[in-house]
Amino acid sequence: MTITTAEDQFYREFIIDHFKNPRNFGRLEDPDITHEEDNPFCGDVIGMDFRIKEGVIDDVKFHGRGCTISQASASLLTERLKGISLEEARKISKADVIGELGIEISAARIKCALLPLKVLKVGAYGLADENEGEE
Amino acid sequence: MTTNVARRLDVSEIRKDFPIFETGIAYLDSANTSQRPRQVTGAMMDYFENFNSNTHRAAYHIAEVATDRYEGTREKVRAFINAASTKEIIYTRGTTEAINLVAYSWGRKNVRQGDLIVVTILDHHSNIVPWQILAAANGAHIEFVDVDDRGELRQDQYRELLEHSPRLVAFGQVSNAIGTINPAREMVGAAKAAGATVLVDGAQGAPHQGVDVRALGCDFYAFSGHKMLGPTGAGILYGRRELLESMEPFQSGGDMIKAVRIEGATYNDLPWKFEAGTQAIAEVIGLGAAVDYLTGLGMEAIRAHEREITEYAYEALSDIEGLTVYGPPPSRRAGVISFSLDGIHPHDLATIADRGQVCLRAGHHCAMPLMTRLGVGATSRASFYMYTQKDEVDRLVGSIKEAQRILK
Repeated sequence: MTITTAEDQFYREFIIDHFKNPRNFGRLEDPDITHEEDNPFCGDVIGMDFRIKEGVIDDVKFHGRGCTISQASASLLTERLKGISLEEARKISKADVIGELGIEISAARIKCALLPLKVLKVGAYGLADENEGEE
Repeated sequence: MTTNVARRLDVSEIRKDFPIFETGIAYLDSANTSQRPRQVTGAMMDYFENFNSNTHRAAYHIAEVATDRYEGTREKVRAFINAASTKEIIYTRGTTEAINLVAYSWGRKNVRQGDLIVVTILDHHSNIVPWQILAAANGAHIEFVDVDDRGELRQDQYRELLEHSPRLVAFGQVSNAIGTINPAREMVGAAKAAGATVLVDGAQGAPHQGVDVRALGCDFYAFSGHKMLGPTGAGILYGRRELLESMEPFQSGGDMIKAVRIEGATYNDLPWKFEAGTQAIAEVIGLGAAVDYLTGLGMEAIRAHEREITEYAYEALSDIEGLTVYGPPPSRRAGVISFSLDGIHPHDLATIADRGQVCLRAGHHCAMPLMTRLGVGATSRASFYMYTQKDEVDRLVGSIKEAQRILK
């Protein structure tokens, strides 16, 4: 079996790079907020630690195990979160996260892609997304 | 000694009965749901096109045909599992509903405060959660039989639990998650000797090795049609007649009654007491055709083929570096191989396999307590049936190597 170009797109270098070399992976000492969520479909867990200074995300790290999609999504999201205000972070949408991954994601894998966003929303704001579970 | 040698299946001939294989898929998910041959879909289509009508209710010809075909499945199933009577064959939507029926109709009346229910860590959620709900409602408690390092039930611990005189013992004949074949006959015998009522979840047993419920000696046996070439929506609860007679109905309404008056109702005889409302008529007819198909091939021949494929796959997978297989050696397992790959998530493998039309299950297989026990969140699982070819296993090996190339 060979993987064609279209198929490789799913596992293109960009995603593989974030999977193999995740940015902001690890734990923060004395975080202001720490939160974990799991994907009951596969048992994957992702957690994030946040340090907040005057309403701005001063530092963020993520931990946990998961597939390429959830790990790359967490890596990308933490890159984006560093240095922005909580107010800006609140505005990050599902479409933003999926757009940033830049690949087509099947219905079965959408929860993997959105798990890090769920950690952010529930952890940082205590907000369970009202539409969570629709996919 | 020719009697011990099962007839060899002609797999390429069998596959011609399954139009779905013309799509080119390598189907390695039969423990999830099997494929269905033309004989099954044809029997259902015959009903829809030629005698579609409700059963037990109408006096015209096509309704008589429908009732005959629908009731005909009961005798086929009775013979298939060697029950004593068709009164012991209850149609359900599947294994899950069958177990829920027992938990509700038998459990609520017979399981009391302080009683012990024994299940196993190998069990599917559908043979755990109904008992958890029952235990919470009636004040009983549950103990799980653990597995050893080979994924086989710890019989020593099971015997110890039996010394506490459980009210109910419920376990699967075969583990859907890692393929362990449990010593069901010995386990039922020991549980009966300890005075327990025994339910065997046969969802992975009946389709692959068959069952003789009287030899097994259990009180209840549950299985699904859709894992044995039948359609979804039709399954079976076998129950010993005296137990079924003593039980209250599960769902109530039409067909499960003899007479309804303002003052109350009298219930129908077995098996219809447990079959309220219009049933899945086409599906039950399809299940009958599936039983005919299996019986025609012979369960021994099916099991022999599955063993051969399982040994082939076990060896092929064991040769792959960084691959861990869970569960017992091939001689002691059904056609199920659950495994993990170093550094590769099961979801990623399943997605890459899918690109090559290889259908592989990734997840917890509705056995989260077992996954926790094995220390994994999820595994990849390949499962086989009488139509599985070595070529499909080879394609799986190709997918695994592809995943390793991309992700490692």
